[in-house]
Amino acid sequence: MSALLQVSDVHVAYGKVEAVRAVSLDVADNEIVTIIGANGAGKTTLLNAIMGILPLRGSAVFAGADMAPLDIEDRVAAGLSLVPEHRELFATMNVEDNLQLGAFRIPKAVAARSFERVYTLFPRLKERRKQLAGTLSGGEQQMLAMGRALMGTPKLLMLDEPSLGLAPIIVADIFRIVGELRAAGVSVLLVEQNAQAALQIADRAYVMELGEFILNGSAKDIASNARVAASYLGFQHEGESAI
Amino acid sequence: MNTTIMLFLLQDGITNGAVYALLGLALVLVFAVTRVILIPQGEFVTYGALSYAMLATGQVPGTARLAVAMGVVAFGLDLFVVRKSLRLRRVARSVALNIAFPVAILTVATALASPTTPIAVNIALALLIVAAIGLFLYRIAFQPIAHTSVLVLLIASVGCHLALQGLGLVFFGAEGLRGPALSSAALTIGPLRFTGQSIAVYGLTIAFIVGLWLFFGFTLMGKALRATAVNRLGARLVGIRTTLSGQIAFLLASLIGAISGILIVPITTLYYDTGFLIGLKGFIAAIIGGLVSYPLTAIAALVVGIVEAFSSFYASNFKEVIVFTLILPVLVLRSLAAPAVEEEKD
Repeated sequence: MSALLQVSDVHVAYGKVEAVRAVSLDVADNEIVTIIGANGAGKTTLLNAIMGILPLRGSAVFAGADMAPLDIEDRVAAGLSLVPEHRELFATMNVEDNLQLGAFRIPKAVAARSFERVYTLFPRLKERRKQLAGTLSGGEQQMLAMGRALMGTPKLLMLDEPSLGLAPIIVADIFRIVGELRAAGVSVLLVEQNAQAALQIADRAYVMELGEFILNGSAKDIASNARVAASYLGFQHEGESAI
Repeated sequence: MNTTIMLFLLQDGITNGAVYALLGLALVLVFAVTRVILIPQGEFVTYGALSYAMLATGQVPGTARLAVAMGVVAFGLDLFVVRKSLRLRRVARSVALNIAFPVAILTVATALASPTTPIAVNIALALLIVAAIGLFLYRIAFQPIAHTSVLVLLIASVGCHLALQGLGLVFFGAEGLRGPALSSAALTIGPLRFTGQSIAVYGLTIAFIVGLWLFFGFTLMGKALRATAVNRLGARLVGIRTTLSGQIAFLLASLIGAISGILIVPITTLYYDTGFLIGLKGFIAAIIGGLVSYPLTAIAALVVGIVEAFSSFYASNFKEVIVFTLILPVLVLRSLAAPAVEEEKD
């Protein structure tokens, strides 16, 4: 299978400090890939660089096209979408307007179908469609951020800590929906501190520490890796059920 | 004081206030979308008014040539940006917008210039010229520094104001000009006489406010502009180009400025530097509205207009002082009410 996203030997620096060093990763069509790691490992920095928010050194190829000359808006048009850590919603606009703007780059007819799809995935958003985004609960805001990204019918959805600050029951809901995206033909690159939940739905995983990937492999292998289990899953031996 | 005088002053104040409201709304719009405090707004007023007045006498105003010159510079900047990956569609679009558009206006203006050209044509030409200048001004002066702080943008804005004002002196001379009225009709209600001009001022102001409301509330592009104002990064992440939003904001602002100018120039003589003072009054209204609230700005503009009318009757020497003093209590109140906010860094 050809890679949808191919990132090779990427460095990202803030001034002279390199936050991401020599990182390579790929995501195939219809695949869910997760990057796990502690706070400050450079996960968010890496996603932001892939999206074009931060400049990167190295190569990033998406859907067969080199992304170096493209700015954020062009990458969105090419089918790459990021749900950022802080969600970046349009707080003073209502849910429906937020979603409609998510479809800014696609034709009106397609947008109508996107609305249906997003409302089916997140019935909660349909109930709240006239409410201002800023007045939603944290979980609803996360759903709206994901919904807004999906409105643009991306090929690859990058999620930055979707579970951050949310109640466990909502986290479970959100991860269930991320799992369902694969059926809809969307690949997912998921960055998470909640390694347990992420490894359960992912096909493959990368483990990031201090700006570098120290491990990668199938999600199963990573979950059963002794070092990962000790550092990120909070238990010493494999075989126990997560959650 | 008798009621008739009071009614006259109120009428006068509301007419001026309506113009300030238009300018104030444009300032709020531009600030919200681009974080630029648009000092050259006054120059849009002067350019619109005086271009219209010159066209009415059968001359081609220098602003038409300025638009062409600015278009060429804007095109150069566009070329520089895409130099690494020459995409033909982008270059073609840039040629159409930056070269073909202003050249077409200049050609039409030259071809049609005569003292007998219909008023509507002159208005359309003046509006197009100023719209082009507004658009290119954003491309040349603000788009390359769009990511910098509000202070840097403000300094650039002051620079643009000074440059455009100087060019205004070159184009229009130091003598003031007056343009022909839009209509000579008049309507008398009781002691008040409404000229066609003042009715046009009310009508256009209301039409613009309703139009802006419809644009921002119900069109995708209007919502995209609001989105850029609310959350710049969020807007970029859904594919809204901040440069496109900025261009539209400047286009609207220059159009509003030019219309205001065309509305005033039959009532008072305008000089190349009059626009600045008019723009400042719109700015006072915008500040009272906190540079965010459209309805507050519109109401404040009417208050500014009325205060100006009354103070020019009672203490005409202090007219400007009184009007600009309005801003002090508002600033004091606002600084007490709102906690100090650090400027966002993006």
